[in-house]
Amino acid sequence: MQASLESLRQRVASAGYIADQELLTSLWLTTELERPLLLEGDAGVGKTEIAKVLATVLDCALIRLQCYEGLDVNTAVYEWNYQRQLLAIRHQEAQSEKNVSEDALFSDKYLLKRPLLQSISEPQSVVLIIDEIDRADEEFEAYLLELLSDFQVSIPEIGTIKAQSIPKVILTSNGTRELSDALRRRCLYHYIDYPDYDKELSIVMSKVPEAGAQLASQIVNFVQRLRQQDLRKIPGIAETLDWAAALLRFDIKSLEDDPDAIVATLGCLLKTQEDQESMPKDMVERLIAKAV
Amino acid sequence: MNTNIQQEIDNPALLLTEQVLGFVRYIRDNHFNIGIQESLDCQRLAAQVDISNKRQFQFKLKSLLCSSRVDWVRFDELFDVYWQGKNARQKASSTLGGKGARTSAMGQTRKDKNEGTFDIPDADALSGDDSSKGDMSHEGASAIDGIASKDFSQLVNNAELRAMEELTERLAQRIRRRLLRRHRLSQKGQKIDMRRTLRQSLQYGGLPIELSIKKRRQQIPKIVVLMDVSRSMSVYSYLFLRFTRGILGAFKDADAYAFHTRLIHIGETLRERNRRHLAEKMALISSGWEGGTRIDKSLAEFNRRYARNVLNGRTIVLIVSDGYDTGEPEALVEQLNRVKRRSRRLVWINPLLGKKNYTPSTQCMKAALPLLDLFAPGNNLNSLAELETPLSTL
Repeated sequence: MQASLESLRQRVASAGYIADQELLTSLWLTTELERPLLLEGDAGVGKTEIAKVLATVLDCALIRLQCYEGLDVNTAVYEWNYQRQLLAIRHQEAQSEKNVSEDALFSDKYLLKRPLLQSISEPQSVVLIIDEIDRADEEFEAYLLELLSDFQVSIPEIGTIKAQSIPKVILTSNGTRELSDALRRRCLYHYIDYPDYDKELSIVMSKVPEAGAQLASQIVNFVQRLRQQDLRKIPGIAETLDWAAALLRFDIKSLEDDPDAIVATLGCLLKTQEDQESMPKDMVERLIAKAV
Repeated sequence: MNTNIQQEIDNPALLLTEQVLGFVRYIRDNHFNIGIQESLDCQRLAAQVDISNKRQFQFKLKSLLCSSRVDWVRFDELFDVYWQGKNARQKASSTLGGKGARTSAMGQTRKDKNEGTFDIPDADALSGDDSSKGDMSHEGASAIDGIASKDFSQLVNNAELRAMEELTERLAQRIRRRLLRRHRLSQKGQKIDMRRTLRQSLQYGGLPIELSIKKRRQQIPKIVVLMDVSRSMSVYSYLFLRFTRGILGAFKDADAYAFHTRLIHIGETLRERNRRHLAEKMALISSGWEGGTRIDKSLAEFNRRYARNVLNGRTIVLIVSDGYDTGEPEALVEQLNRVKRRSRRLVWINPLLGKKNYTPSTQCMKAALPLLDLFAPGNNLNSLAELETPLSTL
């Protein structure tokens, strides 16, 4: 057990994801107990990324279901290929066959597998990410709960389809809606916060190595301070990386070199007009002075 | 007793399983939402755990037993309290982990603590900070918190009041039913239901003669109540607390906040079923009630900390206040605008509006008026009952 956790750590690290011990433990438990993992945290802390990394690490396919309000079974689980069915009926009539066989019409051939059904009908276990589950309706959440506990899908025309393999399920939530207790209990839980200075620095260093140690540490310092301001949308890790890349394009070696360029590139970090207005140039300069 | 200890030393796994079960019970008592499956999984984990690595065991239990951010923040402390309380017994078991196992475990623990723990600000500390900051920056009579905690025994004990409570609950439920009915009647179908259309077409040999049309189902609105509990509102606060409680009971995802000079989340507390516990809990969070009012500051706090999670496109925000506020009207307008942007409807219930000759004269109330979708009285049960129609047609 100790060994497998250690090897998971190494493989995650080699996939380029910086994870702490706590997160690794949660990931390991998910694979070990075959229970879904519910990841919560603000937007931009790398929740979706974890699923991608897990798929890379376990060397299996990644199936993604993006949730939205009004998501229903037909888009999430399965749908009949109606056009093809209509064509088949026409075709068979043209061949002057007397009876159009219903069984033939509702067979695998005409079944469109949507992400959930697909994830359980793969012969090899896959990683299934159900992104932003809080955006889906409560009814869908209840349905999902059933699927996640039994790993089977009932299709009235065919019958029950049992899972070929149990997928590793990761759910993410931004907390726009409170999830049901049942779903929470069903899942392992992990809360991801914004990374601290050390962690963010090592992320920047590994993803944007061209930045160099000095600039990277300035960038991270600046962003860490920026997060403490009263902002509507706090910049996440993805924003930090974008910004680092943008600064490199401007050939900036140190943040204090060119405050105008910094202000100009702040769009990478601050994504609402309000936030941009709340960061005038002198404010930015003050932050830079502290960060350098 | 002696033989017990002997047994435990002989079989450390047994000891650990027992302790883990005790721990599960302990945090369940601390309002963690844990079922049988989780207990079983914990036992499985305990059976194969490497006792030399306490921190890792902690992370495993954390992932398994937490189910919300609140749990996540509280877990580490509860874990430490429980296991350090049993320190003596644990020493006995961890020395069995082999030579040097304990020292390495300690080293590991410290190391992990430095690099692995999340730095999540404590919610209580945050709100405490804010209030002290606020008191310094805004001086004046109405910005000072009330001194005594409010007595909530009246809220639950008096039989007459209880009857009123039931009435409000019924009212809230009626609003909800009415909303549901409205939605079913409105919204003509817009989308063709291919599944059913095709099914029906089978009898015509595949010609889709009868079209089935899907109707859009509408959701019940989410209601968020922001109620003023300052001194000027104290006459009405029981009435509105009960009204709010009724709403919380009738609408599953409704939420409630109280404010005076700062904002307090009361949704969870008001949901408490047991009346005695309710009074106790309300008393706990009511320090500063019946003091002054800072509507803009409270709304700003709401916008900063809660709005993102609480408000969405189907939220009706009910602000209950008399509008007596010493703050700047511009600040209030800005915060109200933020709330309005994120929600579907903004309703202001002003108990004074029910009085004869009342006209909204305070600057804040005047400034807020143009932003409101509905400005309604709410000085007694009848006027609240009259809210039914406007609320369900909003």
